[in-house]
Amino acid sequence: MQVPAPFEYARATTVDEAVALMGRFGDTARLIAGGHSLLPMMKLRLANFDYLIDINDLHGELGFIAVEPGVVRIGALTRHRELLDSAELAGVFPIFRDAERVIADPVVRNRGTLGGSLCQADPSEDLSAVCTTLDASCVIRGPLGTRTVSMADFHRGPYETAVADGEILTEVRFPVRDRGGSAYSKVERRAGDWAVVSAGSAVWLDDGGRIADARVGLAAVGPNTTGIPEISATLRGEEPSDEVFARAGEIAARSCEPATDQRGSAEYKRHLAAELTVRTLRTAVARAARGEA
Amino acid sequence: MTDTRQRSFEDNDQKPMGFGRMLRKEDPRFVRGRGRYTDDVQLPGMLHLAILRSPFAHARIVSVDTSAAAALPEVKAVITGADLAGLGLAWMPTLSGDVQAVLATDKVRFQGQEVAFVVATDRYAARDALELIDVEYDVLDPVIDVRQALAEGAPLIRDDLDGKTDNHCFDWETGDADATAAVFAKADVVVSQDLVYPRVHPAPMETCGSVADFDPVEGRLKLWSTTQAPHAHRTLYAMVAGIPEHKIQVISPDLGGGFGNKVPIYPGYVCSIVGSIVTGKPVKWMEDRSENLISTGFARDYIMRGEIAATRDGKILAIRTNVLADHGAFNGTAAPVKYPAGFFGVFTGSYDIEAAYCSMTAVYTNKAPGGVAYACSFRITEAVYLVERIVDCLAYELDMDPAALRLKNFIQPDQFPYMSKTGWEYDSGDYEPTMRLAMELAGYDELRKEQAEKRTRGELMGIGISFFTEAVGAGPRKHMDILGLGMADGCELRVHPTGKAVVRLSVQTQGQGHETTFAQIIAEEIGIAPADIDVVHGDTDNTPFGLGTYGSRSTPVSGAAAALVARKVRDKARLIASSMLEVSVADLEWEKGSFHVKGDPGTAVTIQDIAMRAHGAGDLPDGLEGGLEAQICYNPSNLTYPHGAYICVVDVDPGTAVVKVRRFIAVDDCGTRINPMIIEGQVHGGLTDGVGMALMEMISFDEDGNCLGASLMDYLIPTALEVPDWETGFTVTPSPHHPIGAKGVGESATVGSPPAIVNAVVDALKPYGVRHADMPLTPSRVWDAMRGTAQPPI
Repeated sequence: MQVPAPFEYARATTVDEAVALMGRFGDTARLIAGGHSLLPMMKLRLANFDYLIDINDLHGELGFIAVEPGVVRIGALTRHRELLDSAELAGVFPIFRDAERVIADPVVRNRGTLGGSLCQADPSEDLSAVCTTLDASCVIRGPLGTRTVSMADFHRGPYETAVADGEILTEVRFPVRDRGGSAYSKVERRAGDWAVVSAGSAVWLDDGGRIADARVGLAAVGPNTTGIPEISATLRGEEPSDEVFARAGEIAARSCEPATDQRGSAEYKRHLAAELTVRTLRTAVARAARGEA
Repeated sequence: MTDTRQRSFEDNDQKPMGFGRMLRKEDPRFVRGRGRYTDDVQLPGMLHLAILRSPFAHARIVSVDTSAAAALPEVKAVITGADLAGLGLAWMPTLSGDVQAVLATDKVRFQGQEVAFVVATDRYAARDALELIDVEYDVLDPVIDVRQALAEGAPLIRDDLDGKTDNHCFDWETGDADATAAVFAKADVVVSQDLVYPRVHPAPMETCGSVADFDPVEGRLKLWSTTQAPHAHRTLYAMVAGIPEHKIQVISPDLGGGFGNKVPIYPGYVCSIVGSIVTGKPVKWMEDRSENLISTGFARDYIMRGEIAATRDGKILAIRTNVLADHGAFNGTAAPVKYPAGFFGVFTGSYDIEAAYCSMTAVYTNKAPGGVAYACSFRITEAVYLVERIVDCLAYELDMDPAALRLKNFIQPDQFPYMSKTGWEYDSGDYEPTMRLAMELAGYDELRKEQAEKRTRGELMGIGISFFTEAVGAGPRKHMDILGLGMADGCELRVHPTGKAVVRLSVQTQGQGHETTFAQIIAEEIGIAPADIDVVHGDTDNTPFGLGTYGSRSTPVSGAAAALVARKVRDKARLIASSMLEVSVADLEWEKGSFHVKGDPGTAVTIQDIAMRAHGAGDLPDGLEGGLEAQICYNPSNLTYPHGAYICVVDVDPGTAVVKVRRFIAVDDCGTRINPMIIEGQVHGGLTDGVGMALMEMISFDEDGNCLGASLMDYLIPTALEVPDWETGFTVTPSPHHPIGAKGVGESATVGSPPAIVNAVVDALKPYGVRHADMPLTPSRVWDAMRGTAQPPI
């Protein structure tokens, strides 16, 4: 049994209380939600915090999926399992179900949360790629109130976010547009492993079936999950075709910054960035065309 | 014969009086979470031990300051290598006659090596205190790439050994170099291939640990520990620690898997003993997952060049190999003394050839010691991988079907017992029916048609075959010993007055189901129901001496001992029966569970009647002592040679290079089948192991010697999602020298499956001109192979 260093523990019963505790303890404290990244790191003594503020009691306040006209709002404490099980969410954004099926394992999914995934800011993290793909924005609450930042600004580097000491990510918002489709694909060495590379695509078609807009998010090929504006610019106005998707794949391959590691060579990862971009775009377009969202 | 049909739960619980499917007697406690493992041992006043390990692969220890740790109120002792040196305990012998540091005194030689330990009132405090020990290191260049270990100017690892000037560990050869060279010279076709069998780890669910309780009044040591070989460990502790053997009791309680990981003696066990002696309290040491992965017995790590010579029409003539073996920082190999490379000598496989030769060089590197561990039948895993891969390379070069090539070269039934060109006497075998059954179950011809059709569409499907022969059940004591301890096994059987029985074994189960299998062996021989037979194992005070469970030796050696001790009891029962029935012994007939008068089945006494008589007040035949019990020490005359034919079907995604194992057909021949359900379970586990090794497992290191597989997030082991529904079948070729004809089977699937999977992946990549790709076949490595840029793993 691996054992962490000593720490103090508090359970917050309201978001305000959690914000107050985080404000009081500053960078010596860490929120714990699902704990499936934090606790292993603490047991390995790679992460050492004097205080853990447990926010699992806030699930009533921060665990929700609200599909509203023009926007989907998801509470930061919504668990992977809830994202996977929500037919309503899959109806709007099938990319969530694609991704959740390949995130970790059922035990982790029962505990792990959307907010925890984003705040961990692991470059290989799947939900971050989903949020990047869907152009999400993050609602952060602190002692002075609430502010909203885009995904592009939320991640500041590996394991670094825009959430300051004394602040909490409370909600993630996703704009909903008509005639959209989305998809996610991941290559992993083994079920439950972090991605070698994964890709998400979201596509919106115009009335003529052309691509009105498209977004691609990649995980595990850079310091953070990466959205690639050049792909969006290239695809806009195009008739969907394998040739167009291949062009997007080429951009993905050359735009990303993978590193060689145990999961694979940088070259292979570039190849996957292209391959998975093509595959997810194809699926996303097909879904959009079928009106599956 | 095939077991591929779905079986109902009831099929597995036929309550046989002897051999047959039955649920495991030990499982009620395991499935209810009531197993009792080493970490479950709680003793009054027990303290906890934690080990400080080296962060460096190679460094000189300049100083160790323990004062801050020792000052913590919870800390009862802090012990360094220097402290142990004062007791003469800083070094201990390994199972292969090398020495290993218990705690480093001069240098650390691998990352994770034991440097000091703390004994404290709880596990948390012990671990916290480690952070307060200040060790100053002078970091040295490490030797990580085994290919560089013998290079000019390579850093010297084992300067503790007198006169040592390089990293050479040992040389070994087998076979006839000249005869083999002559055959190669005249052969039509010679194929050569470099192969790497990467370093992998057994990774049992339960890590290693011990609880030591030294009683200073009696001078008696009681040690609970995670060991597959309690008796051998006790003898070694007596030799190392100077505690007389009769004052040491080693208890191996329930084990959460072993796979060879729990054969060696680890420094942690010795530290717990020292900790108990020093503090006068019981001391528990349980390593954590990272410690287990970085410091305990690894497996494989062979770099092999295989060469095969054949005629143009596919008759294999000779096999030759050269091996570079990485033994880590200390040679902790667990293998019989005369076999430094284990049983790698069976690399000629299942084929009748004219000549064979192997030369091997083993070296030290700055990696964890150990070796041979992991369900490998003493290096037969590497041998089978070599021969089955090189035979496929030959098939590739000859453009011949790999099944046909194997069928053409099998040792024939009338050639058994067969003396191999490297001196192994194969006891029995009938290979073609096993191969044919596997092909039939697989639908081999149909699979080839499907593959051809898919290739026209650019789809990548592969069919891989492996045919293995193992040599298990070490072993005949004149050839085989570990540190001078012969590899014979004791067994004791006592039938109680009411006809229930207890059998005491020298082997130790780690999940194999001994409590069931051995009860079934006794039941088969004397007709007492398995449920009425208690199987005792894992406690040196309560079991006869023997060398333990590894190398698939339990059934071949102790299983034979159990059958023979039961026959001894039956012989005595016959004498008592003759007096009870008042007929001569010659007039008695044995029917499982009772003797009756020949020609008069109604006049009979059961084994239960006889047991009561043996312990009762009535007369016994002249000269016969009371009681109904016997003991034996069984010395096997030879190893047993199980074999099997495995066929694997894979699909490879051409875009991502991800390998999916679609089907796996395993036909095993382990001779007489005692409990088919348990055999199937062992085969399923071994096949899963094989998928792990073939596709994902490898303990790798960076250039500084940092272990890159220090957690189960980094060292991947397969899950149910990576494996197909196993399709199993069997043939039965009994061992002629084993009392019940059984052969070992525990490691067959681990040995046989990796080459089948690799052969399948390579076959799938044939359109790319790929003849070989090294494990682990991760997507990235498969993609490299497809592009012709594959590099061997380091």
